[in-house]
Parts: sequence; C-alpha cells; structure tokens
Amino acid sequence: MTQAEIKLCSLLLQEHFGEIVEKIGVHLIRTGSQPLRVIAHDTGTSLDQVKKALCVLIQHNLVIHRVHKRGVVEYEAQCSRVLRMLRYPRYIYTAKTLYSDTGELLVEELLLNGKMTMSAVVKKVADRLTETMEGQYCSHAVSRGVDGKNMDYAEVSNTFVRLADTHFVQRCPVVPATENSDPGPPPPAPTLVISEKDMYLVPKLSLIGKGKRRRSSDEDATGEPKAKRPKHTSDNKEPIPDDGIYWQANLDRFHQHFRDQAIVSAVANRMDQTSSEIVRTMLRMSEITTSSSAPFTQPLSSNEIFRSLPVGYNISKQVLDQYLTLLADDPLEFVGKSGDSGGGMYVINRNDQAKTLLSDLDPWHEDLHKALGCLSTASLESVVQERFGSRCARIFRLVLQKKHLEQKQVEDFAMIPAKEAKDMLYKMLSENFISLQSVANLIERRQFETKENKRLLEKSQRVEAIIASMQATGAEEAQLQEIEEMITAPERQQLETLKRNVNKLDACEIQVDETIFLLESYIESTLKRQ
Amino acid sequence: MPEEVFLIGSLTPQAPSTMASRGGGRGRGRGQLTFSVEAVGIGKGDALPPPTLQPSPLFPPLEFRPVPLPSGEEGEYVLALKQELRGAMRQLPYFIRPAVPKRDVERYSDKYQMSGPIDNAIDWNPDWRRLPRELKIRVRKLQKERTTILLPKRPPKTTEDKEDTIQKLETLEKKEEEVTSEEDEEKEEEEEKEEEEEEEYDEEEHEEETDYIMSYFDNGEDFGGDSDDNMDEAIY
Repeated sequence: MTQAEIKLCSLLLQEHFGEIVEKIGVHLIRTGSQPLRVIAHDTGTSLDQVKKALCVLIQHNLVIHRVHKRGVVEYEAQCSRVLRMLRYPRYIYTAKTLYSDTGELLVEELLLNGKMTMSAVVKKVADRLTETMEGQYCSHAVSRGVDGKNMDYAEVSNTFVRLADTHFVQRCPVVPATENSDPGPPPPAPTLVISEKDMYLVPKLSLIGKGKRRRSSDEDATGEPKAKRPKHTSDNKEPIPDDGIYWQANLDRFHQHFRDQAIVSAVANRMDQTSSEIVRTMLRMSEITTSSSAPFTQPLSSNEIFRSLPVGYNISKQVLDQYLTLLADDPLEFVGKSGDSGGGMYVINRNDQAKTLLSDLDPWHEDLHKALGCLSTASLESVVQERFGSRCARIFRLVLQKKHLEQKQVEDFAMIPAKEAKDMLYKMLSENFISLQSVANLIERRQFETKENKRLLEKSQRVEAIIASMQATGAEEAQLQEIEEMITAPERQQLETLKRNVNKLDACEIQVDETIFLLESYIESTLKRQ
Repeated sequence: MPEEVFLIGSLTPQAPSTMASRGGGRGRGRGQLTFSVEAVGIGKGDALPPPTLQPSPLFPPLEFRPVPLPSGEEGEYVLALKQELRGAMRQLPYFIRPAVPKRDVERYSDKYQMSGPIDNAIDWNPDWRRLPRELKIRVRKLQKERTTILLPKRPPKTTEDKEDTIQKLETLEKKEEEVTSEEDEEKEEEEEKEEEEEEEYDEEEHEEETDYIMSYFDNGEDFGGDSDDNMDEAIY
C-alpha cells in the first residue's frame, strides 16, 4: 500500500467512523494481519475500544477475521475496500437511475449499515419512503404501491428482488450450520462461507405491512407519549423470518455497470448515437446471463438484438445488421462477431486487451478484455491529451499498443526526442499516484475550511433553528427579521464563500475518483491478462 | 509534499576518484548502485538533466486547462448526496466518539446525562454469531461507579409485586458496594449463555438508579437545536 493510499484510507475512516476506528483500521492496513491484543498493545488503545472498532469494521466489510493455529484469531484490513467509501454516492446514484427512489434507498441503507437482512432493509426503506411522502399524496404515488400515505412493503420487496436478480446486491457469507455430531468446544470464531449458487438467492418472505410514519411511533397503544425512546422496538420480539441471511451491496457489479456506461459513451463519441444504443441494448441483454467475472458475454444473435431494441428506435433489420458489421469491423473492436447463425452472432468485449491488439489472438476465445482497454484508452487518451498535450497522447497510444517500446522506436514512431518521451511517460505513471494524493489533499482542505469556520457555522445553525421554531409558533415578520440580523452581512458573505468552497472541494473529490476508477480498471484488467 | 531532490550528477558511471579509493578491493572505478543504470533508461554518455537545486514551486503555472467539474442535474445531485451521507454517518451508532474525559469534580447532572453507552458497550446490535467470541464486550461492574447489574430476565417493573421490588432494591444496594468477585463473574457467564441479548446497555436497568425518568430530564443543552416541523406545543 502506498503512503497516498494509506493517507486517504485514514481520512475516509475518520470521516465515516471517527478517530478510534480510524486508528485501528489504519494500523491494520499498515501492519497486515494481527490478533486482538497485539492491536491493543501496539496502538495503545483499550481492549474494549479495539473490540468496538473491530465490530464496526467487520460489520462494514472492511476487516475480516481468520482463525489461525492454536486458536488465535487474526484481523485483516481490506485497504482497497476502504477506498471504495469514496464512491458511495456514485453507487447510490446509479441505483437511483436504474431502480428509482426505492432502489436508491435500498442501496444507501446497505452501504450505511454494511450488511442487513432483507426484512430489515425493506422495512427501513418503507419507513423512510413513507416519511418523505408524508402529505404528498399524488396519483402516481398510488401506482407505485403507496396506499394513501404509506409505502407498501411488497413494493419495496419487489425492487429488492430486482436488485438481487441483477446482482447489484448479494448475500454475505454465512455461518455454516453446525453438525451436532461435532464434539468439543465451539471455535473461537466462525468461518463464514457462501457458495456461488446461493449468492443471489432471495429468501421466500411474505413481508406484509406498510412503512410507518415517524409520528405514529411516538405514541404507544394507549395514546400516551412513550416515556422513553425504546431501545428494543416491538419488531425485535417477533421472530425474524430470514434470520442470519445478510445482504451487502455488490460493488463489483456497480463497477461493471460503470465500465459498460463508459463503453456506451465511448461508442457514442466515436461513432454515433444509434451505435451506442445498439451496444447499450446488447449490454442490457447480457446483464444477467453473464456473471460479472466472465471475460465475454454470451453471443447474441442479431435477431435477438433487433427484438430487444428500445421502443421508439425504429431502424430496420438491415440497418441494424449494417451497424453491427460496422461495430465488429471497427479496429477498437467493441463488438466481436462470433458466428453466422441467427443473422449473425455478436459478443461484447468487456475487458482490456489493449496490449495484445496487434498480436495474434487465440481464435476460439474472444476476450472482453479489449473494449475496456480501448474505452479506458480512449478516456485516458483524452485525459492525457488535455493534461499533457497531443505529443504525449501519441506516445501513450503507442505504448499501449506494444508491450515494450524501445527507446529508438519511441523516437522513430513518435518523432519526439527520447528524453522528452521518457519524461512524459514518467509524468503519466505518477498521475495515478497523484490522483490518490489529490483526493487526500482535497479532504484535508475541506476539513480545514470547516474547522476554521466552526464558530460561524454553529452560530448560523442555531439561528436557523430559532427561526424555524419561531415560524412554527407563528412569529411576526419583524421578529423573524430581528433574529436573521443576528448574522451580520460580512458573516453571511463568509458563509457563502465557505459553502461555495466546500462544494467545489467535494465536487473535485467526485471528479478525481472517476479518474482513479478508470486508471484502476485499466490496471486491474491488464494485470489479469498476465 | 516535499519533492525529492536528486543530485543527478552523482549517477554518472564515471565515479569521482574519491569513491574509487574508498572501495578498496570492491570498487572497480565505478560507484556501486543498487539498480542497473541501463534498465532505468539512462544510457552511457547521456547528458543528464541539470541538477535540481531547489524545491519545485508550490503553485507551478498550469500548462493545460484543468478538466471541468461535474455539473448539471446529475452533478448537483451526487454532490448533495455526498454531503448528506457525510452528515448521516456521523449520526449512526457506528461512529465511535472518543470518551469524554472525566471532569475534575463529580457533578450532580452527571447522574442524569447519558454521554455514551455505559461501560463501553456497543450501541447497535451486531450478530454475535458471525463474530469471534473475543469481540463480545462484557458489561462489568466497577467499583465506585454506577453499576449495571445483570439480572435474569424479568417482567417490566410495573407488573412486579411491591415486595419483590423492595427485595430487589435491597439486593441492588448490596451489590453496589461489592467488588467484582468470582461468584459474580460466574453468574455473569451463566447469564450470558442464557440470554445474549441482555448484554448491552439496557436503559431500563440503568433507570433504576435514578429517581426520575431519564428522557424527561433536559439540561438545556439542546435548546433551539431541535426543529421539528409541526410542533404542537409552544416553546418558551
């Protein structure tokens, strides 16, 4: 792990879980696998704090546990998984685009809580949707399963099932059922397992009910306000039908979706809208027939593709065939032809094979490697072009096409003096490292800005709260004005500037993470090739 | 971050005479480097870039314009989402705040304030079946502090007999003065085996210790902080 990655992990853990979890997490990332007491000793943290932190980290799939010899349990951090926290907003937004608000909230809850049972997350999301719909009765809400002002569990369940079917959520490994014949003391820690076929199996549940509005739970059965915030809600006393079956967001599937999106837009940029729609259709058809780790999609016949085109795309079969041929012939080979039956069989290339573009391909395997490399290349190229100019982009393209480039060849092909070429190559390699560093810097700057203006922020929050409560009790305009003036004009200006800066920094984080994703995808698929 | 300053001049294959003499039998007239100079790409006799004599400027002028930030509906939404998530995570029980340092003088209001889960217990319910047993935090009784005593599961207070209540109060009083003993630990172990759910901080138990119902107490810190829509009562 590079220093930049560790630094970024530290900031992310701190922002999401606080300093104690951060300390433990970073320690494990640095040192590798360690047992409980060693962690406590090395970090100078109390045993209880370490336990709490580990529980949180394990819950969020950031740390795993393993039983070693002599029954010692060791804990290991997953650094790359920690870095994924940067991408949470993107995962959630993707779920929204695919499965609307319900899907969005389901994925959000799973990410915020690490893992949940289906029954728990469905209920939670139904409650949340009900809250936001309070007082928003409208006709299309009814069609979405909203009865009056409450969200039906069944509707949320359906969306959950769709997420599972398309592999955006997956089951967590489970505690294996213990055999009664097994004598001796129980192991210090369970070894969790899951088989491929179970990963997306949705338990048969009949969740009946509707989401609750927040207000209704403030009163108990007799209508008197509950004296205490119930720690154990009545739900806990009921038997949980899917007890022990936990679900998590399947980040790899989201990454595949991002890559697919990028392929579609690369095709759109390189060719035209219609071509990209065809590719998008093919990808959609392949969604569930191809497991996310497969290098190539199932072959699709042009007849099938024709039938699956979105409504409103009225191109004739012949035109479709022409497009497919064009796509297959394109040197970037987004689409490959794999047969002639059914009007022509086509596959989408998903993974990178940029380095072997010019070398011989095994004719029986068409790797999905190519398109990613191409798309990644195409995106990277434009990034490189923008940042370093066209000469650099030229070299970049060349290097990707050949495995090795001798110095003289660089000179000859790119017509750039070797020194300059090496200089630029080094610059690009360090770009990946720098991106990670950048995000860390952005976060630090944002935290700094917030801390600097802490007093002012708190003051403004208090004033807002006072105004809100005064408005609720029907205060007069003059009174409200008076309160508002508690914040002076220069202070307002300062707050405006702060907000603008924080927004900008946040937006930068999101942007840089996109670059990191592209670079990582390319590197990962390239390594797989080796 | 500080730039590393390479003294490129020292990478020349021809070592200065001082190094040769130091090598003795080892040095063969050239500085021994840990990497092969050719592999890096520096050929013999190449003119190396001039040595860097100062750190690079803090804000070097950009050669090309930076890529524009995400904007539009999607950009705005993702940005708002990101900021919302940040706030949300801080409110969840997974966010562990370091313990407030003990104040010098014990204050009366301490009895009524809940600064955090008692005795470092966890605020949420992990599925303990999935976790190593060593991670389970046992709630211990401590000397001189308020204790949370694990009693076998019993029905809510309101349905108990008066006599039972008095008895239990007496037992509690006695227990408060006791030091953690072997016996109690054994008892705890037993109880843990019986009902694992009781192990966390239980508000009901805790409430026994004070005369007042906890949530009624308001020390004024939250004044103005809550802004519920549609409040039925006036706030003074």
